[in-house]
Amino acid sequence: MSTQENHKKFLTENTDFEMRSLDAVCFNESELSHPWWYNFKYLFVGVLFGILLVKAEIVSWFRIQEMFKFQSFHMYGVIGSAVVVGVISVWLIKKFKIKTIYGEPIEFVKKDFNKGQIYGGLLFGLGWAVTGACPGPLFAQIGTGASVVAVTLLSAIAGTWAYGRLREKLPH
Amino acid sequence: MNLIDWIRQPWPWYVAGPLIGLVIPLLLIIGNKTFGISSSLRHICAACIPAGISYFKYDWKREAWNLFLVCGIFLGGIIAATLLQNPDPVQVNPKLAEELAGYGINDFSNLVPLQLFNWENLLSLKGLLFTVGGGFLVGFGTRYAGGCTSGHSIMGLSNLQLPSLIATICFMVGGFIMTNLILPILLKL
Repeated sequence: MSTQENHKKFLTENTDFEMRSLDAVCFNESELSHPWWYNFKYLFVGVLFGILLVKAEIVSWFRIQEMFKFQSFHMYGVIGSAVVVGVISVWLIKKFKIKTIYGEPIEFVKKDFNKGQIYGGLLFGLGWAVTGACPGPLFAQIGTGASVVAVTLLSAIAGTWAYGRLREKLPH
Repeated sequence: MNLIDWIRQPWPWYVAGPLIGLVIPLLLIIGNKTFGISSSLRHICAACIPAGISYFKYDWKREAWNLFLVCGIFLGGIIAATLLQNPDPVQVNPKLAEELAGYGINDFSNLVPLQLFNWENLLSLKGLLFTVGGGFLVGFGTRYAGGCTSGHSIMGLSNLQLPSLIATICFMVGGFIMTNLILPILLKL
């Protein structure tokens, strides 16, 4: 069986991931298995990304307030230019059928709409403005020495758990 | 000005934004990974406290890369705050600075306002709302929405996904409501 066929089987028959349409980012696209230490390359990407988040002040509570008060272009510029580069990158990968360094075809996840994106989006927006951090910056803020943010992170984990617990009862 | 001094200054958006955009092809090419950070919180739940909940019953070890990524972000935060630290206070829009001073926030030495987020405040009503309440909304909301700023606003929009655009608009609406309507009340507490 080819990798691609295998992958399809994995997607259709793996009931653990039945919530795929609700949670597209939570997915391992690769069918290859590597020793665990291959994951260190993601640690390295994380380090670079963390430095970037702090140096560009994306983790700054003040910058987030400025964004939501239209007092600074900074965050709009960051997100906007990141999306432009992202769109071009994804387009190039699709157009030239660029493969991974292991020769696998790169696959993209199509997201289906559900009402969770509205309700959850609004709730996250409220939390983003209070904490001045989305999930990535939470980790970076703790790294910069704001140790109390570890409590915020634990609370975010509790929030995620609560969502998992209540998921069946929530409108989607 | 030498290179290190230049790196130590806050990076402008036109440097940071494109670099963030490049994380998308980087993760795809080195391992077919879709950029997204909030799912790490789900993997932590699945690894530590699954409690028989179906949403957390999956092989989180297959997703371990995401946990390595967030550990890296934490380490990156340490490096940026020590080796690459900006010696000057954070530049804040004068209007915002004036408004915050009205609430007793005038320390701009850190990216996080330490007068709001500190251990002494933690158990006050204000501290609980900002730290615990805010964190809960971030964790609950991102999973409910199926992604965060990275998964929806960067990755999803880059792949031209309409649901991600809807989610991003809702993130912004939620943020506008909080900053302009609710925070002025919370900051007075």
